[in-house]
Amino acid sequence: MAAEHGRKWDRCLADTAVKTVTGISVGIVFSVLFFKRRTWPVSFGSGLGLGMGYSNCQHDFRSPYLIHGRVVKEQSSR
Amino acid sequence: MLRVCLRGVKATARKNSGRTRLTNLQHNRGYTAGESSGASRVVVAGLLTVSGGVGGTILYAKWDHKFRAAVEKNVPYSEWLLGLALGPAPQDTGLPIKKRMESLQPPSMMEKQMRTPTTKPEKKLKETAEHPAPDASSALVQSAQSIQEASAEATQIISAISEVQSVPAPCDTEAAATGREDCKECNDHTVAMEPTAVLQKTDSAGTAEPLTERPVEEVAARLAQQDQEENNVVASVSASLEDSLASSAQATLQAIGAQEAALQAIGQHTHKLKEAMEAEAPSEEKSTQWKDLETALADRTTSMNVAKTALLKANEALDSLKSVIDKSKGLKVAAARPLILAAEENLHKMVVDLDKVVSKVQSAESEAKIVAQYSELVNEAKQQFHREVSSLTPEIQANWKGLTGKLSTDDLNALIAHAHRRIDQLNRELAEQRVREQIHIDAALEQQKLEDQKALEKAVGTALQHVKEEARLEQEKKLAELREVIEAEMRTQLRRQAAAHTDHVRDVLKVQEQELKAEAEQVLSSKMLEQETRYRQLTQEQLDNFTLDMNAAYARLKGVEEAIDSHVEAEEEARKAHQLWLSVEALNYTLKTASAESPSMPLEDAAEAVRASCVDSDFALALASALPEKSLKRGVYSEASLRARFYSMRSLARRVALIDESHNTLYQYFLSYIQAALLFESQQEAPPTQLHSEDLDAFKLLSYASYCLEHGDLELAAKLVNQLRGEARRVVEDWLTEARLTLETRQVASLLSAYANAVGLGTTQAP
Repeated sequence: MAAEHGRKWDRCLADTAVKTVTGISVGIVFSVLFFKRRTWPVSFGSGLGLGMGYSNCQHDFRSPYLIHGRVVKEQSSR
Repeated sequence: MLRVCLRGVKATARKNSGRTRLTNLQHNRGYTAGESSGASRVVVAGLLTVSGGVGGTILYAKWDHKFRAAVEKNVPYSEWLLGLALGPAPQDTGLPIKKRMESLQPPSMMEKQMRTPTTKPEKKLKETAEHPAPDASSALVQSAQSIQEASAEATQIISAISEVQSVPAPCDTEAAATGREDCKECNDHTVAMEPTAVLQKTDSAGTAEPLTERPVEEVAARLAQQDQEENNVVASVSASLEDSLASSAQATLQAIGAQEAALQAIGQHTHKLKEAMEAEAPSEEKSTQWKDLETALADRTTSMNVAKTALLKANEALDSLKSVIDKSKGLKVAAARPLILAAEENLHKMVVDLDKVVSKVQSAESEAKIVAQYSELVNEAKQQFHREVSSLTPEIQANWKGLTGKLSTDDLNALIAHAHRRIDQLNRELAEQRVREQIHIDAALEQQKLEDQKALEKAVGTALQHVKEEARLEQEKKLAELREVIEAEMRTQLRRQAAAHTDHVRDVLKVQEQELKAEAEQVLSSKMLEQETRYRQLTQEQLDNFTLDMNAAYARLKGVEEAIDSHVEAEEEARKAHQLWLSVEALNYTLKTASAESPSMPLEDAAEAVRASCVDSDFALALASALPEKSLKRGVYSEASLRARFYSMRSLARRVALIDESHNTLYQYFLSYIQAALLFESQQEAPPTQLHSEDLDAFKLLSYASYCLEHGDLELAAKLVNQLRGEARRVVEDWLTEARLTLETRQVASLLSAYANAVGLGTTQAP
């Protein structure tokens, strides 16, 4: 399990890094293209990317504790 | 302390999701840094809110006590504050009033109780003072039971006023015994003495309560003594009475004799006098007559004197007799009473006789007086005539009857004239006398009447006295008779009582005899029964012992046979056991082949061998098949490898200690990492015998587990690690499964080896 833990962390960090960078780049693109070189899309994009990465990381760590429910249709025999 | 700080951090972290005010405040502070009045406004508003809240709480607590109690319970120093503001919390007013009432009631009730016992003895005392003796006795008993002082007083009162014996119940027999004695004594005394004697007896009986019944011998001795005393007294009394009676009788007889002699002398004298008066005898005879008369007179006087003296003596004797009788009466002895009565009667008779004789003498005396008077008169007349004649005829002598020739006619005429004159005188005197006769007769009659009256009175008096005396004597006689009769009756009653008592005693003795007989028979029968049962018991015991011995011998024989049979079996068993043991040893050896990092060899072959060698033992078969699959296929890790893995796993577990199902955000992960970095726990800590809730902390558990592992207790370490929760648990899961596997396999192997050892020991025959 220690290995699993370590692997999770690796994935998580890598994923977050990728997403942040992607976000930054998308932000840059948008800032350049649509928003007249303002900074806010960049920060927005980075935030977006960080957030997604954080969320994914959290989800990954939570995954053992998540309960998946199913809607069960009412049976005819009550 | 660091842990406490971290706990605080945890708490704040838990509240962090809901709490935004702080951040808002921080933002506000950041944006409006220039506006200080806003901050002061905020501070003032906050203070106002806080004070308003506190004041409102206090007011409401004053109004609602339940709310106050709730606040005091929940908020730590509120009771101090509320006490300061409102005063101490009022207790329930209902109960103390009741308590005070109750406390008031018992004193009043106690007073009442105190009063009633004090009034009761007072009432009892009054009752005892008022009521007659029987009630007093019952009251005496009651008061003796209740209060000692009142009983003592009551006894005194009762003994002071009662006439009947009032003795408390337990001393009945003594009272009866003493009463009987008293009765006997009472019979001896006269009535006047009784009350005082009884009073004394009751006093003695009342005060001397614990008297035991006097023994019969003492009573009899006392009675005998009393009888003897009585007899002595009676004897003395009778002796004195007899003496005095004899002396008085003698004196009286003497007196009577003297009186009679006097009477005789008087009679004789009178007779002689009469004769001398009437008879016209010649001078010589007359002189002899006169001489006889004088002698008779002398006799009479002497006899009268003698009679007088004798009478005096008799009177003296009678008086002494009377005094003796009175004295003996004063002694009051019953047996002497008839003697006394007889003596009194004799006295009375003697007195009567004396009186009679005295009266006779007196009458004779009076007669004699008359005769003497007559004779004197006659003598006087004779003398006078003689004088006259002598005066007329001085020369003629006395004896004029013989003178016939001597006298002259003158003398004769003178004599006849004198005689005529004398006759005339005498006729005149006679006439005078006849005239005065009546007067004289009347006077004489009167005198006679007076004298007669006096004599009558005297006679009546004496007769009355005599009659009185006789009546009294008769009464006394009757009394004595009655007393005798009563005494006899009492004796008969007592005899009857004694007879009844003896009957009763006889009956009681009979009954007792029967009872005792029955008891003795019962005892005898029980003892017999006991003896019989004991005998039977003994025989049974012997029989049982013999049977036991027989059984024992038979069992031993059987045992010996079985032993021999089982010997053969045992050898077979031993061989099998040996086989089993060898296979189990092989299994153990296989377990030991585990190296540091790799598991042991698969245990399948060894298990197979074990199974083969224990086909007939279900236990061993079950055990052999209980080996887990994984251990058979893959093998198990050694303890050392597990230990090594534990340490690496431990650090990871520490790092994710805060993470569980509800707390698993990345922020929690961050906090958990910080906690693991900052928290230092002891590397190894001995686990306590009982785990408390605060021991379930991951760090502690891990330190306990490492201690256990260091000391070779994998099982306890696994148990402790099993207590981890949340992410830490997930992290150590595979280690735990490996540890479980190892433990299982080792347990099975140890069981098998134990079994093999046991079987081997069982089948091994001692040399």
